[in-house]
Amino acid sequence: MARENDAMTGSKDGTPNAAEGAMQATAPVAAGDATGTAGTAIVNPATNGGASTNGGAANGSSPATAVSGARAADNYYGQEYIVRAKNIKKTFEVGGQPVHALRGVDIDIRRGEYISIMGPSGSGKSTLFNMIGGLDKPTEGTVFIDEVDMAQLDAFELAWLRCRKIGYIFQTFNLIPVMTALENITLPMIFAGASTDEQLEKGRKLLEQVGIGHRMHNKPSQLSGGQQQRVAIARSLANDPAIVLADEPTGNLDQKTGKEIIDLLKKLNKESGVTIITATHDDKMLDVSDRIVWVSDGRIDKIKRRDEVDITLGTLEGGVH
Amino acid sequence: MATMSAGPAKIDRQISLPMSQAMRIALRNITIRLGRALITGAGTMLGIAFLMSVFANTLAQQAANIEIPAQQATKNLWLVIMSLLVAVVGITNSMLMSVTERYKEIGTMKCLGALDNFIVKLFLLESGFLGFFGSLIGAIIGAVFVLLPKFGLWGSLDWGRFLLYLLGCVVIGSFLSIIAALGPAIRASRMPPADAMRTEV
Repeated sequence: MARENDAMTGSKDGTPNAAEGAMQATAPVAAGDATGTAGTAIVNPATNGGASTNGGAANGSSPATAVSGARAADNYYGQEYIVRAKNIKKTFEVGGQPVHALRGVDIDIRRGEYISIMGPSGSGKSTLFNMIGGLDKPTEGTVFIDEVDMAQLDAFELAWLRCRKIGYIFQTFNLIPVMTALENITLPMIFAGASTDEQLEKGRKLLEQVGIGHRMHNKPSQLSGGQQQRVAIARSLANDPAIVLADEPTGNLDQKTGKEIIDLLKKLNKESGVTIITATHDDKMLDVSDRIVWVSDGRIDKIKRRDEVDITLGTLEGGVH
Repeated sequence: MATMSAGPAKIDRQISLPMSQAMRIALRNITIRLGRALITGAGTMLGIAFLMSVFANTLAQQAANIEIPAQQATKNLWLVIMSLLVAVVGITNSMLMSVTERYKEIGTMKCLGALDNFIVKLFLLESGFLGFFGSLIGAIIGAVFVLLPKFGLWGSLDWGRFLLYLLGCVVIGSFLSIIAALGPAIRASRMPPADAMRTEV
């Protein structure tokens, strides 16, 4: 399975950006087309997982005459899929009534991509986000993170995955209040079994990288919101994860600070090639995203590349630093 | 960087929280919420102080060659049990509050890769520390209150027995504190990590 996918991915990477049409959720064929080009999205909630896989595979091999598009350079790290979700459904029981939070979602995310997931509350956005982040298991369907089926993992392996492979950034920063900035960052490294020297060295380096090396011995309560979020970002990178999941990372910040945080995330995304997946309402976030996913009513509404979306912001090139 | 490595990830299962680090975190949690910790510890302290005072009284009476009536011994036993039960319930309640208060913190730790047993370990250590110091102080207070006015008996007191009772009090106090925190700790550890994402609470 994994091998097959790799081959598929290889051919897709070479494909040009010819068909740039938006993916319509209801048209499996169109979705299949888009898969070959716009990078990885397979969106056809109307059909089931099997059909979508076929669509993707058939398409991946068809445009064999590859012209390397401009995007290919951008997707330098996008050689393979880091997250593959196949027909995931999630049903909760609320008061004896089933509530369908997700009604069959397929999404593939490439290594090194910057993805924003948008959607109103109650759309299933958070549920999808949690599934991709290995925090929740689907009722139906499969989620592969780095080619590993989440459903097969036991508690120890899940913890390992969360510790080493996934970094989390929260809307409310969620730093451990009793620990200094540096200690907050070294905590995941303690879990990962790093030596004290390694922890301190790496922790300092990360804090410098996010621009608050001078506040490393401060407690979260002594830091501003923006600074706390920087610490949280550094913490999410502590064990060199493959994915960073950011849940409304700018939700509790003012516009200017939010922009700084977004720029920082994008910088880290470019520099270290870490995949960043955000759930957001912030238009500023869309601007730096490689792709934007809209979720509504438990389905993926549409997936668009950044250059397919018109975003008018006051300052695109903020340069707030 | 590790993120560039190709191929499927190798899933390992080794996640660790060394005891020294766990103790450091637990102690930090106590000192940062010192007010609450002192109140929780005070419950243990009072219970153990009473237990120790009963022990000390027994010793004093033995030293003075006074026979203890069986009825009084039984009554004392019951009082001690009741006071320790009250202390245990107090610790459980306090720990439950602590779990609720630190809901997000626990979820965050689990997101960072903490196993369920790390969370249990942290809570039990915290409670164990409180129990240890609370009962140590309590035992000393209990002994001092009873024995200080009876300094005439000090010469004939069985001090070896006294130390044994003191140690017993500390062990009982720490043990009960850990037992009392077990329920809340397990409850905390079962919390789904996704709850760390929630903005309310």
